[in-house]
Amino acid sequence: MKSAILVFPGINRERDMARALRMISGHEPAMVWHAETALPKGTDLVVVPGGFSYGDYLRCGAIAARAPVMDAVRDFAAKGGLVLGVCNGFQILCESGLLPGVLMRNDRLKFICKDVHLRVERSDTPFTRGYNAGQVIRVPVAHGEGNYAADEETLKRLNSDGRVLYRYCSADGEVGDLSNINGAAHSIAGIVNERGNVLGMMPHPENHVEDIMGCTDGRGLFAGLVAHLDRAA
Amino acid sequence: MKARVTVTLKTGILDPQGKAIEGALKSLGVDGVASVRQGKVFDIELAGADKAQAEAALKAAADKLLANTVIENYRVELLG
Repeated sequence: MKSAILVFPGINRERDMARALRMISGHEPAMVWHAETALPKGTDLVVVPGGFSYGDYLRCGAIAARAPVMDAVRDFAAKGGLVLGVCNGFQILCESGLLPGVLMRNDRLKFICKDVHLRVERSDTPFTRGYNAGQVIRVPVAHGEGNYAADEETLKRLNSDGRVLYRYCSADGEVGDLSNINGAAHSIAGIVNERGNVLGMMPHPENHVEDIMGCTDGRGLFAGLVAHLDRAA
Repeated sequence: MKARVTVTLKTGILDPQGKAIEGALKSLGVDGVASVRQGKVFDIELAGADKAQAEAALKAAADKLLANTVIENYRVELLG
């Protein structure tokens, strides 16, 4: 799996992401600067990592979403290429129009930095095939604006079309107000676009991939992508 | 030419920052505050003098970047 990680000023999770991808896919990811107008040839997966692109000025992800490289990402996604956005990357994908909706300030205003539980809603997608449907995984979050919002029609479609892949839940998989850490609509932690090839999620699977991290629940996402691409090849 | 673009949250969109400010005003003893919604103001200087052109440019600026029209409304004013 050849992956390309986008790098914007103020991004700070790109090396964590590169480490996880290198370890799980066995290939060194390309780091792609925001001013580039093309992705490396043969790219299988584009990753928009987390951080604070442009200092979160204006709105989180708003300025990065208009960077030159994003036109190349839009073309790549339009051809069915896989795109993964994590945290600020999710915000950037929403701002760029690749995903619907918006990430608002957490409903209790606090920056949340802790491990959370996620329920994997289905396993028949490139982004979840490393898990079982209904499986509960533990991964960290670190964000101040992760409160997913969209108009009612969009939320209805996301739910009915099975486009919510990850939801915040309790340790035993219950979804409800108590486990909905940031007030996100329908406890949404991660969604895909209509075609199913662009995923945005607030939690950081790349930070739970090695024993030394205390948990390896995040590996499944990357291992699933590798398996999906191997099978497609 | 000077202009101002005001960006505000659409009705019904939760505004936790506005709520926090509202709470702070109440605890300061400022009377009669029913609710607060926070927005943004952009003061922009335009190079040309053509009003129609300026309005079109400001509208483009707001649509493309200054506002996220999923959750925000904007208003463009030419200040002369």
